[in-house]
Amino acid sequence: MTPPVIDARDLSVRYTIGHGLLTPKVHLNAVDGVSLRIERGNFFGLVGESGSGKTTLGRALLRAAPISGGEVIYQDSEVRYDLRSLAKPQLKDYRKRAQLIFQDPYAALSPRMTVRDIIAEPLEVMGLTASREETDARVREIAAKCRLNLEHLRRFPHAFSGGQRQRISIARALVSGPRFVVADESVAALDVSIQADVLNLLKAIQRDMGISFLFISHDLSVVAHVCDHVAVMYLGRLVESAPTRALFSRPRHPYTSALLSAIPSLDPDDRGSAEKLEGEIPSPTAPPPGCKFHTRCRFARERCRVEVPALREIGPEHVTACHFAEEFDFTRAHGPAHAGAAGG
Amino acid sequence: MTKPLVSVQDLTIRFRTDEGLVTAVEDVAFDIAPGEVLGLVGESGSGKSVTAKALMRLNAGNTRYDPASRIVLNLPEGEVDVLGLKRERDMMVVRGGAISMIFQEPMASFAPAITVGEQMVEQLLIHTSLTRAAARDLSIEMLARVGIPEPARRFGQYAFEFSGGMRQRAMIAMALSTRPRLLIADEPTTALDVTIQAQVLDLMKDLVREFGMAILFITHDLGVIAQTADRVAVMYLGRIVEKGPVRQVIRAPAHPYTLGLLNALPRLDDLDAELTPVPGDIPSPLERPHGCVFHTRCPVAIARCREEVPPNSVQPGGRQVACHLVAAEAPAEAVG
Repeated sequence: MTPPVIDARDLSVRYTIGHGLLTPKVHLNAVDGVSLRIERGNFFGLVGESGSGKTTLGRALLRAAPISGGEVIYQDSEVRYDLRSLAKPQLKDYRKRAQLIFQDPYAALSPRMTVRDIIAEPLEVMGLTASREETDARVREIAAKCRLNLEHLRRFPHAFSGGQRQRISIARALVSGPRFVVADESVAALDVSIQADVLNLLKAIQRDMGISFLFISHDLSVVAHVCDHVAVMYLGRLVESAPTRALFSRPRHPYTSALLSAIPSLDPDDRGSAEKLEGEIPSPTAPPPGCKFHTRCRFARERCRVEVPALREIGPEHVTACHFAEEFDFTRAHGPAHAGAAGG
Repeated sequence: MTKPLVSVQDLTIRFRTDEGLVTAVEDVAFDIAPGEVLGLVGESGSGKSVTAKALMRLNAGNTRYDPASRIVLNLPEGEVDVLGLKRERDMMVVRGGAISMIFQEPMASFAPAITVGEQMVEQLLIHTSLTRAAARDLSIEMLARVGIPEPARRFGQYAFEFSGGMRQRAMIAMALSTRPRLLIADEPTTALDVTIQAQVLDLMKDLVREFGMAILFITHDLGVIAQTADRVAVMYLGRIVEKGPVRQVIRAPAHPYTLGLLNALPRLDDLDAELTPVPGDIPSPLERPHGCVFHTRCPVAIARCREEVPPNSVQPGGRQVACHLVAAEAPAEAVG
């Protein structure tokens, strides 16, 4: 069996706020002891509300956020890196192997560079090609994969629509030949008709080039459609992780269930049946004790207020961090909010 | 039959730009009844925000309304011809009076250096005859009504001290405190997390019932429309291509564009369904297609679509569709 491309154990990212001179030092655990494995060639989804730490986790896996605790192993068919202790040349090499696609295709592209130069820049900065001809050939090849033609390459980004710009961003991320790509809300800023196009492109890239993706999104219906495996975060902790189908058909954590239930149903007759999550995500500087979700959980009991639930296996590749995952059927109370819908 | 609260007829809006006149909205017509929620759906650039802003005359100085355009408000005090209003003072009848508006980004709607409470009081002093003390009491009451804990303390805080969801609630409280007849909600939940979105949508539904006001709900999210609207109008490139009761339009879309939007949508009831993008890109407003504006991306376009603007055909149930093929034949097949 091939080892996973990313194997994170007890990964933490901790920031210190305030200098401690006049104000007390406050620690913020943006990512708090997360363990996850991204299998090679997998499309791995990461969901959660704003402030759940999903972006920070993605950055940490790219070594773009400081890893304060735990261990992360990256492994492809050529190298094996311990991300916490990378020497400079290794880190440089890792930059080539792991890439990021941003959310906003309008902010991510320099307006003063042609599309060709935007896509070629990583090759030049990393010194991956020996000649201009080689660079051009590589740019053309990757542009074609992202359905950009030669005519497009001569133009500037302002001439492109949101969907085309996102294809340019994707081409730029892929040009160095990465094996692992973090796509952080990469379709969130796009209209649905274009979103479908970009999602199909990402899936084709995963299939054809065997690239592993960490797909970070707040949109569960998108995640349900493209991801093989989904992990759910809440206040820096992983609360549930499972193969997509298992997670959506039977969530084993009340937070996952609440998230699913909050998606507006396309059925106009299915109004108000959704279970509503009360309140908001607490501040990460003062997380609740015990299970961090207990302040908003309608199943919470005394034990949840004092004891941090461990992430434990509850099905094949299915883990949950809930004391009462066996006891309660979290989906029962609110009916099939994510099942019934329109259709002819 | 009662008169509609808002009646929009032949609305055509153009912007004067360096590249010439750009048409943003063309021949748009719709009514909103008192207490009704009309959803306005469309992609970026479809003209939905420009249409909504026209109701309050909030479009920029380079805006040109075609002479035939009419926006009429039927208020108890009498009829208001919105596009005929000349003086800023007269527009106050509409702005913050009969109509309030809430936006996607509430941070941009609150002045950063004035407390939330002060801003709420200020607009009440302008639009109502309340005393300062009464305005303060009403504001705190409204903050409580929209579910903001400790409203009296929150009243004295600044917008940056509020979370995103709380800011959106405060904006709704402010917009509703003047008791408008119509609330224009422009993507009010787009920037919010789904759990918070569900709370805000619930709140809005409660308030419609309680205050009996109408809502023009602008969004790109058909799920949000299905959950809130009574009727829906689908816009593409400045035109309404389909409008009708929300069940009819979402369950059995008749216009190829509406069908395309639904087919592009990832749905939780069918994880195996292919996501089918609407082919091509939305054309630049400078190159508006002749005939049907959608024909450049329409999978079923015929020669006639390239030349003739399709008329609105009215179907049983009240739905209107602007498509040559629908006018000629039976409705397009339903999605799913």
